[in-house]
This record gives sequence, structure tokens and C-alpha cells, in this order.
Amino acid sequence: MTTETLASPAPRALEAGPRGAKPRTLTISRVGVYVFLVLAALFFLMPLWVMVVTSLKAMPEIQLRNIFQWPQQITFEPWLKAWDTACTGRDCNGLKPGFLNSVKITVVGTAISIVIAALNGYALSFWRYKGANFLFGLLVFGAFVPYQVVIYPLIVAFRELGIFGTFPGIIVIHTIFGMPILTLLFRNFFAALPPELFKAARVDGAGFWQIFFQIMIPMAVPITIVAVILQVTGIWNDFLFGTVFAGRENMPMTVQLNNIVNTTTGVREYNVHMAATILTAAVPLAVYFISGKWFVRGIAAGAVKG
Amino acid sequence: MAQLATAKEGGAVIKAASSSGRKPFRLSTLMSILGTTPLILTAVGVFFICIIYSFVLSFTNSRIFPAFGADNFVGGDQYARLWSTGRWLISVNNIWIFGLLSIVANMTAGYLLAVFMDQRIKAEDWFRSIFLYPFAMSLVITGLVWRWILDPNYGIQATVRGWGFTEFAFAPLVSAQTAIYGLVVAGIWNGVGVTMAIMLAGLRGVDAEIWKAAKIDGIPTWRTYLFIVLPMMRGAILTAFILQCVGVVRVYDLIVAMTQGGPGISTQMPAIFVIQHITDRSNVGLGMAAATMMLLPVILLLGLQVFVQWRANRVKESA
Repeated sequence: MTTETLASPAPRALEAGPRGAKPRTLTISRVGVYVFLVLAALFFLMPLWVMVVTSLKAMPEIQLRNIFQWPQQITFEPWLKAWDTACTGRDCNGLKPGFLNSVKITVVGTAISIVIAALNGYALSFWRYKGANFLFGLLVFGAFVPYQVVIYPLIVAFRELGIFGTFPGIIVIHTIFGMPILTLLFRNFFAALPPELFKAARVDGAGFWQIFFQIMIPMAVPITIVAVILQVTGIWNDFLFGTVFAGRENMPMTVQLNNIVNTTTGVREYNVHMAATILTAAVPLAVYFISGKWFVRGIAAGAVKG
Repeated sequence: MAQLATAKEGGAVIKAASSSGRKPFRLSTLMSILGTTPLILTAVGVFFICIIYSFVLSFTNSRIFPAFGADNFVGGDQYARLWSTGRWLISVNNIWIFGLLSIVANMTAGYLLAVFMDQRIKAEDWFRSIFLYPFAMSLVITGLVWRWILDPNYGIQATVRGWGFTEFAFAPLVSAQTAIYGLVVAGIWNGVGVTMAIMLAGLRGVDAEIWKAAKIDGIPTWRTYLFIVLPMMRGAILTAFILQCVGVVRVYDLIVAMTQGGPGISTQMPAIFVIQHITDRSNVGLGMAAATMMLLPVILLLGLQVFVQWRANRVKESA
């Protein structure tokens, strides 16, 4: 059995071959199909094109008012500025502190939330204690609760605990809000494994932790990849929690980007803003293009069960 | 490594104890509870106690800090105030317009794209990547890019006017009447790909026999898609719909990046209202009343679902 076949079956439907109407030879309707798709593709690509083109122009050229045109003179100045010296209020360090903060938050947050979710899913599949199903139901309910309903109590609690506006604080927040979907993901994965696997290990005398570390973790590689993609893009793209819980010291890149663009002092440098936007989008875009079909699977997993 | 070692010990204990009856179950249950401590804390602490806490606060006149004194409880005053606050009424109005428009447009465009993707086209993977990549980027980025594209002085409007169409007008964000449509366009750009992917999966889950039967009956392809296949994809449609609803209720980043609730307060949303009242406007009581109102539709929908399931079970039992 390859790891591939172990992935949950539902998202795999996404990769099934086309089954719709049979294609005829090149008729007008075939041409119509491609015209429609190409036009749609142009609409989706247009903002990316505008971002790139704007970021490579100098300000005088932007003032010529043609956002679609390729720059007559390419400059990388806006990129350097966005990374290194762009200002938010009085600080002029560009995006790089935000980038480092986001890397830290994403790496630690992803690792911790996935370990916890895997453990949850495992315990909920094989070691259900009394009340476990109720807890699980409550957690799944949490996936639908608007964040605004629980943010204020969490602020109060975090202040009491002394972790409001700190690095551990923002990590705990991402762990909490990633838990419903991730636990669901792992629980469904473990529940679909053949129960003989677990029984055999029990007969051999393996306990809770031993089965988890030696049997379940190695089996759970595919679902873990999906979870990593989900969490990395989710945490990196987070804005609300970053603004509220991270504090000035740990401000993630998205928050800093928004501050740079919305800073009211001085001339609005649209080229720097667009360069900064691309820089902030780079990590999730890289994850998306590298992971390819895994990403789609992650969305489907998060969507179907979320 | 240390954990592995203790795990081995745990296993040994179980082995030794298993001869003497029920004890090993107790140990593993304890381990299971121990292993799921974060789950217990989150489920009970956050998704139960925090919600109750917010709910109780909505009956107080708390300003910056929670106030639970006897004279702090003001009954339903905050709710009465909330529903006579212009900013909130606009927020509620906006979430309906934004929600209806973006869900309808998103589902329609998503299904249309999925149908076209289903025509055995070449380079399907390319098209899929193109339609889906915006979703990988955050709503902050989506908002900032579209704000730039819709900029009245340098964006699309200025560009097209520069081409000679001097009357061309497309800058929705500058006017209070149209700003919300700009938000809808950006939201659709970000999310249609996901709907497309879910719908495409649904389309391909439909039995091939259906297609053969429709063909034999001489039903045109477009009618098959609209009247036969679409009703069969209830699961995919529901999934996409729920995903959209959750997204709409949560919409925050997009607004902050694109309009900051403006011009004026014309694009305020409930999510922004709550955050503003627990931070800058320091009126926690009112903010929590608004948060409770945000939770209400979620509770109603989930309650409805539980009720439907319960009835279905009862029918099955009595049959």
C-alpha cells in the first residue's frame, strides 16, 4: 500500500479524469469553450500582472496612468525599499522584521498545532473516553463560531495569564483556531484506517503513546502534508489575530504590509506598495505552486468537513 | 526519544497489568485524557466558557474592562442601543448585500467555470492553477491589489480613459453607494477558484450512466448540466455554500485593506463593528451584544440541522 492510497477518499475525486460531454472535433462550441476559459484566465491573472508591472516602475512612469503597461525602464528600487526601508509611522525598516516574525510564528504555530491535532484525532478514534464525543462536537461547533464572539474573552484571559501581545500568546491563538479543522482532518483519517492495525498492536501490548509514535505517525504522513499546507498558508495569511494578539514585537508580515500601505505620511508610493504586496504573497504562492494537487486536496479536506 | 522510552514503559505496565483484569483500561483512558488536554481546554474553555462570558458581558455596561458589579447589569439595554445605532444598522445591511451578491455570483461563476473545465479541455491543470491561485493569498493582499486596480486616478478607470474612452467610469470605491460592489468583485476574484474546484469534483462524481441516458433521450448538453446534473450535486453545492457563508460572516481583512469601512461608514461590517468596540471605541458591552448577534444565525442554522437529523432518525426508528 503506497502512502498515496491512504489519503482520505473524498478529496481524491478532485483528481479523477474528465467525464463530461464527449468532445467533438473542432466546432464553434469548442472554440467558444476556449474563448470563455481564456477570458476568465485573463481576469484572474490581471491583478498579478498589475502587481508585478507596477512594482517594476518608477513613480514618474506610474503617473502616466497606464496600469497594464510593461515598464519602459525596469527598476528594482521599489523592491529594495519595500524590503528594507519602507516606513510604518516612525519605524523605517521595511518588511523584513515582519517577514522574520511571520516565519517564526508560522513554523512554531504549524508544528505545535499539528502535533496537538494529530494526538486529538488519534485519541478520538481509538481511545474514546466518556464525553469525548461531546468534546469533539463542541470543537466542530467552534469551526463555525465567528471569531469576534470569543476574541474579547480571550484577550481578558491572556492578560490574566500574562501572554497577551507575546509570542507564546499568538502561537496559542493559532493552535486554538486551527484545532477544529485539523482535529477533524486527523480524526477522519485515523478512523478510516483498518481497525485490525490497532487491535494487533494492542495484542502485542503496545500502549497509548507507543501506538501513536510507532504506528500512527508513520502512517499519517499524507494527511500531515495536507495539514501543513493548510496551516502554513492559514497562519501566514492571518491578519486579525496578528493585529489583536501578536503585539508590536511580533507583528506578522500581513499586518506590517497593511500598515505600510496605509501609512498617511509622505507621498503614496504605489510601486513600493505593490512590491511589498508581492513579497508578502510570495510564501503562500510558493507553497501553492510547489504543492500543486496537495493544496487542492487540503482545501477540499478543510471545506468538505469544515 | 524520552517520550518513546516512557511509551515503552507504559506498554510494559499494560502488559504486566493485563493479567489482573480491568486496570489497563484505566491507564490508557488516563493517557487519552492527558493527550487531549489541549482539546478539552479549547472545546470547553474557548468554545463554551468564552461564548457564555461574551454573552453575559452583553448584559453589562462594561467599557474597557469587564465589569460584573451588581449595578453594571443593565438588562437588554445594550441590545436596544445596538439596534438604534446607525453604524450597526449599516453593518447589518451591508453584510446582507455583500453576502447575497458574493454568494450568488460566486456560486454561479464557480459552476460555470466548472462546467467549462469539464469539457475535456487541453491544459486543464494550467487553467485550474490560474483560477485557484488567488485563494492562496490572504484577503489583505486581495484587498490591497484591488484597491490599486480600482484607484480612480491611476487604476483601470484612468487607464481606459487614457485609451480615448474619456467617459469611462469604473471606480466603485470612491462612492458610498458603490463601494460595496468593489468589495464583492475582489472577494469573488479571491474565492471563485475554490467553488470551481468543489463543483468540478461534484460534476465528476456524477454517474456516467446519467450522461449516456441524457444523450439517448436527446437532451441538449446545457439542459443536462442545468436540470439533471446540478440537482444531483447537492453535496458539492452545500459544501461550497457553507464555505461561502462562513467566509461572509467573518469578512474583516478584505474590508480593512480595501476601504477601512469607508467612504464614511458605508462599508462597515459586523466583524469590524465588534473589533472597533472592544478596542478603540472601548465599549465592550455594546461590542459583545453585537458579537452575540453574529453568533445567532450560526446557532439557528446548526440547531436546524440538528433538528432535521433528529427527525430523520425518529422517522427511521418508527418505521
